[in-house]
Amino acid sequence: MSRNHQHFRNYREEQKLTQRRLIAAAIFVLLLAITLMSRLFYLQVIEYELYQTKADDNRVMLVTEAPPRGLIYDRNGVVLADNIPIHSLTVIPERIENFPELKRVLSGIIEISDDEWEDFENRLKEYRRPFQSLTLKSQLTDEEWAKVAVDLYKLDGVQVEAQLTRYYPFGEAFAHAIGYVGRITPRDLERVDKLAYQGALFIGKTGIEGYYEDTLFGEAGFSKVEVNARGRIMSELESQMPVPGQDVHLHLDARLQQYAYDLLGDYTGSVVAIDPETGGILALVSKPGFNPNLFVRGISVKDYSALRLSTELPLFNRALRGGYPPASTIKPFMALAGLEYGHASWTERYFAKGYYQINPNGRRYRDWKRTGHGWIDLERSIIESVDTYYYQLANKMGITPIHDFLDRFGFGRSTLLDLYGDSIGLLPSNEWKQAKYQEPWYPGDSVNVGIGQGFMVATPMQIASATSALASRGRYFYPRMAKDIANKPAKFEDGLGEEHDIILKDQRNWERMVNAMRKVITDSKGTARRLKGTQYNIAGKTGTGQVFSLQEDEEYDSEKLDKSLHDHALFIGFAPAKKPKISVFAIFENGGSSSKPAELSKKLFDAYLYDTYPARYNNLKGSENGDQ
Amino acid sequence: MAISESFYSRALSFTNARLWKLVHIDILLLGSLLILIAGGLFVLYSASGQNEAMVERQVLRLTVGMFVCLVLAQLPPKYMRRASPALFLFLVTLLVCVLLFGVGAKGAQRWLSLPGGLRFQPSEIMKIVMPMMVAWYFSDRSLPPTFKQIASVLALIVLPVFMIARQPDLGTSLLVAVSGIFALFLAGLGWRYILGAAATAPIAAYTLWQVMHDYQRQRVLTFLNPESDPLGSGWNIIQSKTAIGSGGVYGKGWLEGTQAQLDFLPESHTDFIIAVLAEEFGMLGCGLLICAYLLVIARGLYIAAHAEDNYARLLAGSLTLTFFVYMFVNIGMVSGILPVVGVPLPLVSYGGTSIITIMATFGILMSIQTHKRAR
Repeated sequence: MSRNHQHFRNYREEQKLTQRRLIAAAIFVLLLAITLMSRLFYLQVIEYELYQTKADDNRVMLVTEAPPRGLIYDRNGVVLADNIPIHSLTVIPERIENFPELKRVLSGIIEISDDEWEDFENRLKEYRRPFQSLTLKSQLTDEEWAKVAVDLYKLDGVQVEAQLTRYYPFGEAFAHAIGYVGRITPRDLERVDKLAYQGALFIGKTGIEGYYEDTLFGEAGFSKVEVNARGRIMSELESQMPVPGQDVHLHLDARLQQYAYDLLGDYTGSVVAIDPETGGILALVSKPGFNPNLFVRGISVKDYSALRLSTELPLFNRALRGGYPPASTIKPFMALAGLEYGHASWTERYFAKGYYQINPNGRRYRDWKRTGHGWIDLERSIIESVDTYYYQLANKMGITPIHDFLDRFGFGRSTLLDLYGDSIGLLPSNEWKQAKYQEPWYPGDSVNVGIGQGFMVATPMQIASATSALASRGRYFYPRMAKDIANKPAKFEDGLGEEHDIILKDQRNWERMVNAMRKVITDSKGTARRLKGTQYNIAGKTGTGQVFSLQEDEEYDSEKLDKSLHDHALFIGFAPAKKPKISVFAIFENGGSSSKPAELSKKLFDAYLYDTYPARYNNLKGSENGDQ
Repeated sequence: MAISESFYSRALSFTNARLWKLVHIDILLLGSLLILIAGGLFVLYSASGQNEAMVERQVLRLTVGMFVCLVLAQLPPKYMRRASPALFLFLVTLLVCVLLFGVGAKGAQRWLSLPGGLRFQPSEIMKIVMPMMVAWYFSDRSLPPTFKQIASVLALIVLPVFMIARQPDLGTSLLVAVSGIFALFLAGLGWRYILGAAATAPIAAYTLWQVMHDYQRQRVLTFLNPESDPLGSGWNIIQSKTAIGSGGVYGKGWLEGTQAQLDFLPESHTDFIIAVLAEEFGMLGCGLLICAYLLVIARGLYIAAHAEDNYARLLAGSLTLTFFVYMFVNIGMVSGILPVVGVPLPLVSYGGTSIITIMATFGILMSIQTHKRAR
């Protein structure tokens, strides 16, 4: 059989062979088909939930819509921070194929600065939602808008978008009080809900805008959208409307603020006015200010370095952070401390020479009046601002009573309810000096503190709020900006918004001190006698703060000194003296004579109490007749 | 086998068998194919994003394919047998031409330009001609093959496979190799050779790795660990698995597949179309589709088993099995058990010369079935 294999083929057997092979193949096919079905079973039944989730993660995206920001008003309803519509040139990067080409075409239409391009490219690298438009040039002028609109059809992925932007109508005089919003940085996102701010263009950075960010921002709207693989939104699945931010009404009086700013003239300095009945801040001026509108959409490097490098420090909030010696404005408080601790009395008389010595033959602490004041009493020490009286008083008291008493008026602490970033100044003490210099407190240190110099440093806000407490005869309120939030009286945590009375052992001393301070204006020798002749009573106290120390027998001669070394000129005051409605602290840096802040304060009192603002401030008057 | 035989003969009795035999149409194969095609078009409409123009073009292509099928069915198998060696030689020559003057895209040369702007892919036709050649080789030799014969046949297979792999077109070259090897297997290739080959597979895999192009290696690596590059080369497989898995048992409904309709699924109307079906019709839909394929394959294997001579048997069997491999590789790759080699889902995926060649395959099967001399 095998020999004939080649010639006599067994066709039947060959057919059988192939058929057997076909059956084997069919079994193989079935096994593989079962394998496929098992695989599908595994994916579609066993791992179904995993892939179901993955598919939803793919397609469902959360998009946020920024709510309109709450407005900031002054006490009379003047809008200090507004939302205005602007038109911006925006780009959807996903739809741009060639950026250099876009740049070329666009520069042929409108001017886009290198800064704007660089800024745009930087933001391009940050995380954002796909197909979210990115601002290239904001605040197009009408002319620019028209030009772009004509050629827009040629520019795929470029559009003109209407957006709401923040606008500060009164600019620099208010910058340090209201603060500003600015572009959201990665650092900002660390402290807020990232998702909520996804659609926002800016975030509150400083001042009221910073402190009341949550209130002003509102609640972001969310929509669940279905996106395709390229991130383009195909449909909306569900949405939640944004809740607009709440308005903040301030105690601030816009006219007073602007007037005070203008009255500082060319001087740098600060003015803080407080309503003694409520602790509400009526004016918070730090000069120079800056244009807060520059920051809203991100400040250019050029503008920012100009502000940063200016020797006048426009970005520095003098009212909250400026540390000044309170100088003679501390004397009323020092006198009250002396009375409180029994080291001074209204009747005791003192002979004021031209200088004071702790020990005979010791260092001579000089009075501002070289010839001395002669026989004086406590009241006259205030009227004439007798330095030697306070040298001896401080030396008698020592630092501890001084520290403890001044602490009750908020010196050396942060007392602000609703502003960030104030400096606590320096209210020195034994312990402080030991810790800082590893040295004991010397009597000489007390002597200097007695006239508000030496180690003592206070901010305008601290001096102003202490003055306000004095004006209201010990009814102390922590100073606050916000009056109403969402038309309801502002509440502050831990009862800090309430009154914290300062009770003296002899409460009559308040009235007596106010009386002495009234005589600072009315007495023929009063240091602020120039303010005489008002139809109401002003109580006040002048001060001149040394910028540098004079040698023991050196004469202060403003003619010879560089302006930056001139004394700071200070004034505290309130009016009407009997029932004060406004208390003011003003400082002219290097102002030389204290008559400048005194006169400024008088003008503010006039304007505030009798509505005698110059006509140019009418636009800041407001329509609502503010509640007094 | 017995079951399907009685099933088909009983089914046949309900039709006018003589009429169909006259026009050389195998009605059962045609019916199974039409079920498959109809289902495929249904899925394509969804997968193309409800693009009617695309569906129309596919219908046109299928019509041309059906025409080729029915024309080939008229050609008696003996002519095919006689033409086999010449066809093979001709195609090998064309493959050489492709390597020399071919045009293509993405770094692969697969087509020959013809006058009139037509393009022609010889490797596609080789999927039919390869088993024809092997079947021809065994048509006047007694089975099972001797060692020498096996060696000669392997040489015949390796030559075009190597040339196609050089284009490079891994998917087609594997299918061509498989179609030739199936014919060899059906010819009675000894089991010891098969086991021996299985044993040397690791060595072959290593050799293959060495000759692979970077993008092909990348595909293999991505297959082994798709998550290594989720946005790049792993994207396809991750998204297709997500589409399949999220379909569940009953699917999300026609046109409701989010992966497919929102473009997360790549190549959704071509290679990855099964994922669309799986997403929208679930495991149930996939099961039905696989059943439709098995129906076609069962009929093909029946035809092979009852063919008249060795040539017809080997050719019909290996063409049917190659068709199965097509389907298996495609579904396997889309569901993540095989690497992504560009193999379309036969008769369902959009476009390509493959529809014409596959329909030609079934034309040959019909010819084999309907040209038998009466016993």
